[in-house]
Amino acid sequence: MTKTTKKTTRESPVDVEQWLHVYQQVVKIREFEEKANELYINALMPGLAHLYIGEEAVAVGVCEALRRDDYITSTHRGHGHCLAKGAAVDRMFAELLGKEAGYCRGKGGSMHIADPQSGNLGANAIVGGSAGIATGAAFSAKRLGQGQVAVCFFGEGALGQGLLYEEMNLAQLWLLPVVFVCENNFYNEYTHYRETTAGELTARAQAFGILTEEVDGQDVRVVYATAERLIERARRGEGPAFLLCNTYRYRGHHVGDIDRAYYRSKQEEQEWVTARDPLKILSEWLTEEGLTDQAVLDSIRTEVKTQIEAGVKFALEAPYPAVSEVDEDVYA
Amino acid sequence: MPEPIGREITFAQAIREALAEEMRRDPRVFILGEDVAEAGTPFKVLTGLVEEFGKDRVIDTPISEAGITGLALGAAMTGLRPVVDIMFGDFITLTADQMVNQAAKIHYMSGGKWSAPMVLRTTLGASRRSGAQHSQSLHVWFSHIPGLQVVVPSTPYDAKGLLKTAIRDDNPVAFFEDKMMYRLKGPVPEEDYTIPFGVADIKRTGSDVTLVATSSMVQVALEAANMLEAIGLQAEVIDPRTTSPLDEQALIESAKKTSRAIVIDEGYRRYGVTAEIASVIADGAFYYLDAPVKRIGAMDVPIPFSPPLEDATVPNERMVFEMAKTLCGKA
Repeated sequence: MTKTTKKTTRESPVDVEQWLHVYQQVVKIREFEEKANELYINALMPGLAHLYIGEEAVAVGVCEALRRDDYITSTHRGHGHCLAKGAAVDRMFAELLGKEAGYCRGKGGSMHIADPQSGNLGANAIVGGSAGIATGAAFSAKRLGQGQVAVCFFGEGALGQGLLYEEMNLAQLWLLPVVFVCENNFYNEYTHYRETTAGELTARAQAFGILTEEVDGQDVRVVYATAERLIERARRGEGPAFLLCNTYRYRGHHVGDIDRAYYRSKQEEQEWVTARDPLKILSEWLTEEGLTDQAVLDSIRTEVKTQIEAGVKFALEAPYPAVSEVDEDVYA
Repeated sequence: MPEPIGREITFAQAIREALAEEMRRDPRVFILGEDVAEAGTPFKVLTGLVEEFGKDRVIDTPISEAGITGLALGAAMTGLRPVVDIMFGDFITLTADQMVNQAAKIHYMSGGKWSAPMVLRTTLGASRRSGAQHSQSLHVWFSHIPGLQVVVPSTPYDAKGLLKTAIRDDNPVAFFEDKMMYRLKGPVPEEDYTIPFGVADIKRTGSDVTLVATSSMVQVALEAANMLEAIGLQAEVIDPRTTSPLDEQALIESAKKTSRAIVIDEGYRRYGVTAEIASVIADGAFYYLDAPVKRIGAMDVPIPFSPPLEDATVPNERMVFEMAKTLCGKA
């Protein structure tokens, strides 16, 4: 990220260019997901999608603190992570539509976007299923001395999976450079996490002696600052960390989950959208501190929208893979 | 099969040599598993490796089969070549998500971009009086999954050559060793060699009946062949060596030649390896067969502890002999 313009707020010197980039990333994910929803509603997208709207500050805050060659593993709700780590909008949409031009040549789909060039080891449709992959990538990074860090994104639902604890144990035992980022969006699909999760969430990582932090996942500044500290600590060889980000899934578990009254109230949803929106928190800070003005933010958003429209057009026009490709790449 | 060479070593030594030679050849190769270092595993297959390669490459892990398999997968995707030791084949159930949903699919799901060059070594086979959770032969589970390859060696020579191939392969491989065979001796050359996957080996030629057998069942089939010879029947014993990929053509050709086939595998009979192979032969050699293709597998019960009960569940040479005799009209 270029570090050119410095301005000072009450708190500290601020790299305006960096925060405008952060804003752009948050907006990009928001607009991407809105478009994905639209594609679904218009029956242009096969299958399902699990939208990340409302949680953007987590992916962006964490990935801003990563190098391009650092690794991530993502989840079924993974579009945000993939975009934040550097995936291109057009090839993302192409994958969502099952097209040859997609990141996985159409074989992965919404829940399996992977991209070695941006260090994305793959989104994973088994809850908690990527904890081993991330920890193993951290093992390689340490063994090969390349200074990379691996971030394992997962939702609070993954706290019910045993694999996660096996990996946290291994990571701390061997001081592997992996940061476990738990996105607590409150709902394991359609069930509040308090109905599924005993004790305190952070206590689970603390039991292994893993450095644990809990942050407001709606404030990208806090997520970034904390993630950077934990990531750089891991990079120095001081061991893994667990970052709990409290956030909220604005939409349903997936695009088809429209009627949600039986598990959460409209009022609760509205409170998050109006009072705790990551995009709003960021843009208000940027304008109120005089770091930028609304016109600049608007032009970024317009640019992003243009990019999204172009990406969708590219994907809609792109060809499907030839049926003859169906048995290619079963084996390397 | 090459000409027998002067040197004979055990199956366990063959495994150990393959690992040691590959670790010397390629610094990316490492071993991880429960009690693999100083202990050298309960079967002592890995004895001496930690002394040569150190604890960074022969790594003792917690008792976390899923965890170490998942970690191995991540390491494999990012530049290393792990060999995971899963002490008993029964425990592959604990690795199942990592093998079946993760390792097997990452290459395909990523459109060919990521790959998982990892080996999962484990055991199979009953007869050790170990009870229902330490005696099963579950290799068919992984054979069912596209993206995985499954090796079931029957001799020290095959074990060494196939394990080297497994370690050099860019895909996940499950390698099943019959724990009753670790002391079996056989000729193994000193020099480096590998054996390709998907190439069956005729362990004994014959013209009257084909005995397709895997892993330690090859020894059972060879014993049965000796018994059959005594009554004037020449059995051909053919070993697929890998159940995935499967050398269908070689099995079909052998059955065409003899017109009769029995498939013997120590996995459960129901929906087992024997079912798949019998189907392949029935399809491919139909017009040449003089009898239905027969199957012998482990009895479809949890493996019992009590010795006479356990012995009743495992295929033996007498069963193969009797079935072959009947099939050849010599009953």
